[in-house]
Amino acid sequence: MENSTIISLKDIVVEFDGESVLRHINLDIRNHEFVTLLGPSGCGKTTTLRIIGGFVNPKSGDVFFDGKRINDLPPYKREVNTVFQKYALFPNLNVYENIAFGLRLKKVPDEEIRERVFEMLDLVNMRGYERRDVNLLSGGQQQRVAIARALINKPQVLLLDEPLGALDLKLRKEMQIELKKIQRETKITFIYVTHDQEEALTMSDTVIVMRDGEIQQIGTPIDIYNEPINAFVADFIGESNIIDGVMKKDYLVNFAGRDFDCVDFGFEENENVDVVIRPEDIKISEPEKGQITGKVESIIFKGVHYEIVVIDTNGFNWKIHSTLYEEPGREVGLSVIPDDIHIMHKMAEEEK
Amino acid sequence: MKFLSKFYVGIIYAFLYLPIAVLIVFSFNDAKSRTVFTDFTFKWYEKLFTNDIILGAFANTLFVALVAGICAVVLGTLAAIGINAMNQKLQGLLLNVTYLPMINPDIITGVSLMLLFVFIRMELGFTSLILAHITFNVPIVIFNVLPKLRQLDRNIYNAALDLGCNPAQAFRKVVLPEIMPGIAAGFLLSITYSFDDFAVSFFTSAADSQTLSVVIYSMVRMKVSPEINALSTIMFVVVLLVLLLVNINDARKEKKIRQRNILEGEV
Repeated sequence: MENSTIISLKDIVVEFDGESVLRHINLDIRNHEFVTLLGPSGCGKTTTLRIIGGFVNPKSGDVFFDGKRINDLPPYKREVNTVFQKYALFPNLNVYENIAFGLRLKKVPDEEIRERVFEMLDLVNMRGYERRDVNLLSGGQQQRVAIARALINKPQVLLLDEPLGALDLKLRKEMQIELKKIQRETKITFIYVTHDQEEALTMSDTVIVMRDGEIQQIGTPIDIYNEPINAFVADFIGESNIIDGVMKKDYLVNFAGRDFDCVDFGFEENENVDVVIRPEDIKISEPEKGQITGKVESIIFKGVHYEIVVIDTNGFNWKIHSTLYEEPGREVGLSVIPDDIHIMHKMAEEEK
Repeated sequence: MKFLSKFYVGIIYAFLYLPIAVLIVFSFNDAKSRTVFTDFTFKWYEKLFTNDIILGAFANTLFVALVAGICAVVLGTLAAIGINAMNQKLQGLLLNVTYLPMINPDIITGVSLMLLFVFIRMELGFTSLILAHITFNVPIVIFNVLPKLRQLDRNIYNAALDLGCNPAQAFRKVVLPEIMPGIAAGFLLSITYSFDDFAVSFFTSAADSQTLSVVIYSMVRMKVSPEINALSTIMFVVVLLVLLLVNINDARKEKKIRQRNILEGEV
C-alpha cells in the first residue's frame, strides 16, 4: 500500500476568460510522496494545486481522491489542507488560535486542542510563541504557523503554494530542510509548487516539470536532471548548452562542425535535433587535444567553480564550469564524452 | 515670524470654534437676548428637558438615525462585498453610480424622493423618512467598507474554507472581523449624516415624524429659543467626548504595538 495513488487528475482543462491555462493534464500522485510542480510563472502549476484544493473548477476533466471523484466537493469538505502564498494567517487571531482554527470548527474538546496545538508548535519549532500576535511575527515564523495550522487537521495531502518565496536565501535553505523533515516525520503527501529548480531537486521524491499548461516531464530529481526529455526541461533544470545538431544515424550526431559519437538512437536519419550538454561535462584542454577549438571569452568566479565562456570557431558560445582558471583570450580545446551528449527531438516537431 | 504663524493658527481656530463658543456661552445667559449677557443660569437646560416638542424631535432623530444606520450597514456591506467580487470594468461603473447620490445636492435628493413617495402613493411619515435616510447612507457605508475588503488577502477567506469553514462561517470568522473597522466607521458616519440632514428630512417627513433639524428650522423662523442653544451645547459636548474616547483608545493601541515592536527587536 506504500505507493498507492492518492490523487489523480484525468484530462483536466482549465480556461480563464477564454485563455487556456491547463491543457489536458493527466497526473497520478502517490501516497506519502513529496511531489513538486515546477515551472516558470504562468505555466499552470498553481492552478493545478488549486484544482486539487477545490478553489478552481476545471472546465472539463475529473479529479479523484483515493479513488473517489471529488470534482463537486467544496474545499471545506476535502481532506487536503493548504499552505498559501504569503501564508494568509488570520490577522484577528493569535498564534494559538490560528493553529487551533481547524480543530475548533470540528468542536474538538479544549483539552485535546491544547495538546495538539502544542504538538504542532513543537513540530515547527515555535513553542513559546503561542500568545503572540501573528502580525508581529517575522516571515519565517509566519511560515511555520501556516504550516502548523494546515497540518493540525492531519490531512492526507498538504498543498504548498510557493511557501518559501518570500523568505531570504539563508532562511529558505533552512526551511527546505525543515519541510523535508516534517514531511518524513508525518508521512503526509506533500504537493509543492515552486519555480525554483534547486528547491525542487533538493526536496522532492518526484518532480513534475510544467510549461504553458502542459506537463513536460515527470520523474525523480536525478532522472530529470540527467535525462531531460527536451531542451526546455534541460534549460530550466540547471544550466545547459543547447546547440542545433543533425542525427546522422544511430549513435552518431553532427554538431559544431563535426561528428560526435553518442549513446542515443532511434532518431530518423538526418533528423534535426537539439544537442544538450551540461557546462560541468565539458573538459578544457590544449587546443590540439580538443574535439572543438575556441577562444576563452570571459571567466567569472562563482565560488565552487569558475564559469567560463568559450567561443568556438563557428561562433557558438559554450558555457563551461571548471575549477581551474583559464586566461581570457587563450586558445583552448573542448571535449565531451559520448555519455554526456544528450540528444533531443526539436521542440517544434514535438508539438505537431 | 514665529509669532505670525502662531497668530495665524489662532485665527483659523477662532474662526472654526468661535460660533460654537458663543452658542455655549449664551446657553447660560439669563436674558433671552442674543447680544447682552446678563446673568448665569441653567434655566434653559431645565426648560429644554420639559419641552416635549424638542425632546420628541430629538427622539425621532435618534430613532431614524439608528434604524437607517443599521439598515444601511447591512445593505451597504453586502453591496460592497458584491462590488468587490466583480471585474474591474463593472466595479468602476458601479462606483460612479454609487458616488452620484453623494455629490448630488441634498435638496434634489429630497425633492426627488418626495416625488417618488407621492408617485407610489406612500404616505409620508417614519417609513418614508427612514427609507430616505437609508438612501443617502448606503453609499457612505459602501465607501467605508470597500477599502477594507480590498486590503483583505483573498487567500485568508480561502484559508478558512480550506480549514473546514463553510462560506458563511468563513465570512463570520475571518472576513467580518477584518472589515469591522470599516463597518463601524460607516455606521457612525451614517448616524452623523442622519443627524445633520435637513433638506431630505424636510421633504420626506410628516408633522408627527419631524427630526430635530426640521423642528429647529420651523422654530427659528419665529425666534431662536435659548433652549436650542442648550440642546446644541449638549450635543456638541457628547460628540466631543466620543471623539476624545476614540482618540485615547487609538493612542493606547498604538503604544502597545510600539512596545511590542521594541520587544521584538531585542529578541
